[in-house]
Amino acid sequence: MNPIGAEPYIVLSMVLFLLGALGVLMRRNAILVFMSVELMLNSANLALVAFAREWGQVNGHVFVFFVMTVAAAEVAVGLALIVNIFRERQSINIDDLQQMQG
Amino acid sequence: MFESPTIAEFLAQSNLASTLPGTLLLAWTLLLVLIDLFAGEERAHWTPIAACIGLGISFVANVFVYSPAEGEQIALYGMFIADAFTGFLNMVILVATLIAVLMSWDYLNRADIHRGEYYILALISSAGAMFMVAANDLIIIFVALELLSIPLYILAAFRSIKNDGSELSLKSEESGMKYFILGAFSSAFLVFGAALVYGATGTTNIPQIFSIAGGIVGGTSAAAFYLLIGAALLVVGLGFKVAVVPFHMWTPDVYEGAPTPVTAFMSVTAKVGGFAALLRVLITGLSVLVLAEGGAAAWQSTTTIIAILTLVLGNFVAISQRNLKRMLAYSSIAHAGYIMVAVAAAGAADVADAATQSALVYMMAYMFTNLGAFAVVMAIEREDGSGGNIDDITGLAKTRPLMAMAMTIFMLSLTGIPLTAGFVGKFMIFSSAIQAGLFGLAVIGVLTSVVSAFYYVRVVVNMYLRDSEVDARPALETPYVRWAINISLAGTMIFGIFYPLATNLVSMVSIV
Repeated sequence: MNPIGAEPYIVLSMVLFLLGALGVLMRRNAILVFMSVELMLNSANLALVAFAREWGQVNGHVFVFFVMTVAAAEVAVGLALIVNIFRERQSINIDDLQQMQG
Repeated sequence: MFESPTIAEFLAQSNLASTLPGTLLLAWTLLLVLIDLFAGEERAHWTPIAACIGLGISFVANVFVYSPAEGEQIALYGMFIADAFTGFLNMVILVATLIAVLMSWDYLNRADIHRGEYYILALISSAGAMFMVAANDLIIIFVALELLSIPLYILAAFRSIKNDGSELSLKSEESGMKYFILGAFSSAFLVFGAALVYGATGTTNIPQIFSIAGGIVGGTSAAAFYLLIGAALLVVGLGFKVAVVPFHMWTPDVYEGAPTPVTAFMSVTAKVGGFAALLRVLITGLSVLVLAEGGAAAWQSTTTIIAILTLVLGNFVAISQRNLKRMLAYSSIAHAGYIMVAVAAAGAADVADAATQSALVYMMAYMFTNLGAFAVVMAIEREDGSGGNIDDITGLAKTRPLMAMAMTIFMLSLTGIPLTAGFVGKFMIFSSAIQAGLFGLAVIGVLTSVVSAFYYVRVVVNMYLRDSEVDARPALETPYVRWAINISLAGTMIFGIFYPLATNLVSMVSIV
């Protein structure tokens, strides 16, 4: 159907997904953690688009639109939370979030 | 060429009527935005009343749509399924939301954070859970999960600012932030898993995945690899949502920091939604991973390991907790473990229905009992959110004898003592595990229940037998809290004593 096939795109999306996951686990700045989550979601979008092209269907493309919409809603809430936290503590390092222990 | 259908054709084909319980609740929520606006200064009174009316309307619609005569209905071109499974869990979600609204009514007044959007967000989240239990497609599972989760992130941080603009609780905003990061992280796993399953099968529809996956499993093609990794990532993503070990680390902090009614609400709805999606994906979608005839599904060993880890860690760590909300958080992890036992049992081909039914009964029992326990914890808390420690409950039997009695029954039900709903749920889960041949798992389940008695009974001992050294501060008892406790208590007792009621309600459930 197409000369390249889906594999290279899937490999790329898996690499991006891993980079995003590592970013979430290792980065301490809340904004960078968000960017890493976005990277993970967009790697899934890349995989969806590649698969949809491979299968010659629109399901995957439609899924991508939903993922993009939801990601926007999620980031709006997340940034509001970050602003709120920054106002109280002048820091967005997520290691500083330790009011609760046990 | 593609012809766009007329509105009448669209209505007939999409079968919108069977989505009414969820869509009516969403429509009512939009109306609630207006009601809240016009209520003005009176909103502390009228918005929760309107929210309860919306829940009632949805409940009535649910009873009509899911009457047993209707059977299974497919709506929205196969993306939405309305069967006995959906109907039962819709009722669980609606009752849970009602109890949470009653608790919030009092709590928001006390903490001076009465803002109308609280109820709007809670109802949106509840509608998300209702769509999630009806999801028949990976896209719907994802969108419904986000509809369920995003309002919960906001609600968890709801206590951070007072109405007059002064800051109230650092814990609450921290709880919201942690829940948000882990929630977004887990949805990324879910989406990537869904993408890989789609790549392997060429469809996002769960029953179609079932029919296509059969030809792929066990082969050496790239598709088999995608399907395996995709299924694993789906389990990881949903595992975060329902808080099973090793994906539980966010639970104690989030549950402790969030406002108590929100903790109660999310400990039930998020788990119900997550487990419903997990059951549908694993049983309806991927049960072809049943390799040999009559054998067990390939995911059974994984879910068994997760169940054992969750049971052991949840119950043992709960023992050392002094804060009641934190203790209930670990206890909710342990209860996710018991439901996971049912999921593992459903991996055996001929036990799938019995195991699904036992999971549903357990979720209902857990809903009544856990909400009741949180309502009592909320009543003994101080205005600033402190005072929820295990020592603060001492002497409750003297100051509030009825509340202490209710708390005793909740604790016994969480342990699984006969004549309570918790016992019925545990009994059904363990017997389906034994039917499935998972004897070791059933034994571990019973033993960890015995361990759990240690920390649950300690609460009872503190209420009745220890004298309070600090001055006995009578717990708050407004009508709203009393009703929340009464409804929970009635559910726990009725379904515990007349247990055929519960088994009859789920007897039609089959999602294979």
